[in-house]
Amino acid sequence: MAQKTYRDAIREALREEMLRDENVLIMGEEVGVWGGTYAVTRGLYGEFGDKRILDTPIAEEAIVGTAVGAAMGGLRPVAELMTINFSLVAMDQIVNNAAKIHAMFGSQARVPLVIRTPAGWGQLAATHSQSFEAWFAHVPGLIVVMPSTPYDAKGLLKTAIRSDNPVMFIEHARLYGVKGEVPDGEYTLPFGVSDIKRPGRDVTIVSYSRMLHVALSAADELAKTGIECEVIDLRTLRPLDMAPVYDSVEKTHRVLILEEDWTTCGMGAEIAARISHDRFDLLDVPVERMGQIEVPMPYARNLEALMFPDEKSVAQKVMEMVA
Amino acid sequence: MPTDVIMPSLGFDMTEGLLARWLKNEGDPVVKGQAIAEIETEKATVEIEATVSGLLARIVVQAGETVPVGTLIGVIAEAGVEPTAVSSPAPTAPPSSPPPSPAAPAPPAPVPEAGEGAAPSEARVKASPVARKMAEEAGLDLSRIKGTGPGGRVVERDVQAAIATGSTPAAPGVPAGPAPGATVPLNRMRKTIARRMAESKTTAPHFYVTVEINMDDAMKMREQLNGVAPEGERISVSDMVVAAAARTLVRFPALNASYREDNLEMHPQVNIGIAVALEDGLIPPVLRDADKKPLKRIAAESRALADRARTNKLRSDDLWGGTFTVSNLGMFDVDEFIAIINPPEAAILAVGAVTRRPVAAAGEVRIASLMKTTLSVDHRVADGAQAGRFLQEFKKLLENPVTLLTG
Amino acid sequence: MASTSPARISIEDAAGINVTREEALDWFRKMSLIRRFEERAEEAYGQGKIGGFLHLYIGEEAVAVGAMAALQPEDDVITHYRDHGYVLARGVEPKRVMAELYGKATGLSKGKGGSMHMADVRRHLWGGYAIVGGHIPLATGLALAIQYRKLPQIVACFFGDGATNAGTFYSGLNLAAVWKLPLIAIVENNHYGMGTALERVSAVDEVYRKASSFDIPGVRIDGNDVLAVRDAVRRMADQSRNGGGPQLIEAMTYRFRGHSMGDPQRYRTKEEVEEAKSRDPIARWRSTVQENDLATEDELRKIGDEVEAEVEEAVRFAENSPAPDPGELCNDVLVSE
Repeated sequence: MAQKTYRDAIREALREEMLRDENVLIMGEEVGVWGGTYAVTRGLYGEFGDKRILDTPIAEEAIVGTAVGAAMGGLRPVAELMTINFSLVAMDQIVNNAAKIHAMFGSQARVPLVIRTPAGWGQLAATHSQSFEAWFAHVPGLIVVMPSTPYDAKGLLKTAIRSDNPVMFIEHARLYGVKGEVPDGEYTLPFGVSDIKRPGRDVTIVSYSRMLHVALSAADELAKTGIECEVIDLRTLRPLDMAPVYDSVEKTHRVLILEEDWTTCGMGAEIAARISHDRFDLLDVPVERMGQIEVPMPYARNLEALMFPDEKSVAQKVMEMVA
Repeated sequence: MPTDVIMPSLGFDMTEGLLARWLKNEGDPVVKGQAIAEIETEKATVEIEATVSGLLARIVVQAGETVPVGTLIGVIAEAGVEPTAVSSPAPTAPPSSPPPSPAAPAPPAPVPEAGEGAAPSEARVKASPVARKMAEEAGLDLSRIKGTGPGGRVVERDVQAAIATGSTPAAPGVPAGPAPGATVPLNRMRKTIARRMAESKTTAPHFYVTVEINMDDAMKMREQLNGVAPEGERISVSDMVVAAAARTLVRFPALNASYREDNLEMHPQVNIGIAVALEDGLIPPVLRDADKKPLKRIAAESRALADRARTNKLRSDDLWGGTFTVSNLGMFDVDEFIAIINPPEAAILAVGAVTRRPVAAAGEVRIASLMKTTLSVDHRVADGAQAGRFLQEFKKLLENPVTLLTG
Repeated sequence: MASTSPARISIEDAAGINVTREEALDWFRKMSLIRRFEERAEEAYGQGKIGGFLHLYIGEEAVAVGAMAALQPEDDVITHYRDHGYVLARGVEPKRVMAELYGKATGLSKGKGGSMHMADVRRHLWGGYAIVGGHIPLATGLALAIQYRKLPQIVACFFGDGATNAGTFYSGLNLAAVWKLPLIAIVENNHYGMGTALERVSAVDEVYRKASSFDIPGVRIDGNDVLAVRDAVRRMADQSRNGGGPQLIEAMTYRFRGHSMGDPQRYRTKEEVEEAKSRDPIARWRSTVQENDLATEDELRKIGDEVEAEVEEAVRFAENSPAPDPGELCNDVLVSE
């Protein structure tokens, strides 16, 4: 099997789906001539031209609103928001239009739309380093995907483009260069199926996106001390597949949730609530959450480094849980 | 950065201490605030707590040694750092499942010593949900298990250890009593029972009437019915008693009534409460319109009620609107007993075991199946004669049980 | 680089009578129907039979009726939340609109949309949207889909004067102009965004001049003259249909009722409202029809009676329709796949 980067896997999914269905088009800031600020759409403009790769002005409400209208009108737009931070400008279009139109008009209209956007950070400071997946996962009518590997990203993006529902497809700037196995043939992956990325029996770590990799590194570290973590990748945040998490808690009785988002009202809060409701009798220690420190992201490199859980702090937390 | 553990000073006059025992082995993970060793002075035995989380990398002073205050007794290394880096062997691979967590401390035996994890001083023993469930299933008393989790919480490994060391679980079906000498706070159900029974005995003037019933025909009929019935549809003695009592009540409405401030409230329905013993109390779920239901249906419904009561799945409907209660202790070989009325009802029927005893009939002695029942009645509602006639009718029904078969 | 020539934006009047008798009577019937429908909705709201917000179209009927007369049935229409007039003007049965107001299963959107969200997608009515200006980019997107798929229709996007100060007005129309999309924007200028007069909050209060931001044609017309509306929309729609890109029409009109039910209307005087009523679009059209001998008094009265009966039937239908089945609650959230 071929090793490909997360970026290339996403580009492959876009390209294959554009070849498969002429109604698929891409629109967003710098997706065409520039080739995408994260180079995800590089080369597509040359191949498909300006009728299918649409450069837009810097106006997210227009990008998303226009994509919603185009989706209602029979196309399958993939709208790129340069980063998830700019989704705030389009919040009304995402929440009040994309997510509502099917229900509000009694299923008369559909919005087969994908909004691709990366979370991520890198000394970008307070307004450009955020992670809003929990906000979107809060909204009925949206599907929220946040893949951690090239394989998952490609398979889930193809499913998203073929879906008749609006999908928030949240990538991660720091994963674009990450390599992984991606088969050459055609494949898709279903929404709402969590994936066990590493089996273990002592502690269940639930995560997704970049933090999943932190969880795996910590699990490697802990394995040296004889502690075996089961690492579960949610992949889709709405719908949320808890079944593998529950199966895991049957064995481990301990759950740690790792998210890059702030933990207050975050994905971890939801997952913890579901575990305590559905599997209360299985817990041996309180469900733990780790996420971003709850302050606006500082610019200084040393301060930024303190913002997120890392292999060490995760390993430390797990040690405390098994003590 | 490794952290030194030293022999602490426990008072201005303390110069040395005895390391009584280590609670952690070399290589064990430790959590800040967790007890890692016990030391003894002339005055007391105290626990030393870890000041940081990590691994107990080295034990410097062995159990049994006495050393001056300030002496290095052990080293805690940061987690994630190879313990070998602190010159101590890495822990061996964890045992295969089902293990307590890897590198768990030696299982502490449940210690029923006074003052040491015995009688809980709080209303609720601190235990994790899984430990609670496991202890319940094993019939272990949580308050007698020493918790090694954070803040003394009883966790899964503690219960596993208790099971492994063969703490005798209580006999099945009988809740393990609290530890001798302990003060145990009442749970909500016990508080309710206490309040209502006291109220009943102090406000309702009880009198009691007992009758002995020949159950030969009833037992024979039951045997015939159960001989062809599948497991789940068998009829119990209680079912026959409930059916007979309900049919009798229709003819004695005064006993299917409630006393209300100088009025009698006559109930339009006959709803029989069936007392069900639970591990921590007693609850009388209600079988509605029992007078109109054939025996088979009474059997099915009362079985369902008892199941729901035992699995804590009773609905509010199951507990509401009872007009008369039947309590049977026959399964415990009780010959006869007297029950306290379940307010605001007017009467309760206490049922003893069916036993084979000699009876004199038609000038000869033979062995028969006999059952004693005692009716407790609220004298404000009814008198002895009514109670007597009620029992007479009730006895007649059970001694000619065929009528119970129809609704 | 195109420059804005003053000729691209102008104020227009109706060009003169050029309607058939059938058209004339049809417009009279539709405007009367909307008027009567809204009056009865107002009553039903007062009786507590209609909930939420109710924004009445009374006084603005000529805009919807004139515009729909000019558009083709397959032209896409997307609107703001004062939207009963558009669906009635396009020929949706009043009973389905009234049932939606009543929140009944027989309503246009199965009782899930209500007053502000009237859609009938089979008739290319893509719905009313309740966030001011929020639907303008959607219109751009619908027009993009038409251009992309090489379809013959255009999009007509209706909104009020208040929306012309929202970011979506600029970002949505800008993109439509950049891509030369088949889109006409019809601004229904009734002078107030809720209770705030346009000139108090808009640096430019002649909305048609805002077209020059995008270098697209913009005209101002009398929105209470159904014929002027029909003519302008027809002309602008033709231009857009033939590759002329987006167009902007500012229809000057006035609402006779408050912004929504329970509006204390402190922002305008009774005299102003009375004065505006002298330009009632229905009364004006009625006179025009009679002056030009297109119909007799009797014929017009008969139409009024028929409309009356139709609206009563709509109310009866709404009253007697079942509420949505509770089992419907969780349906329609996602397309099942």
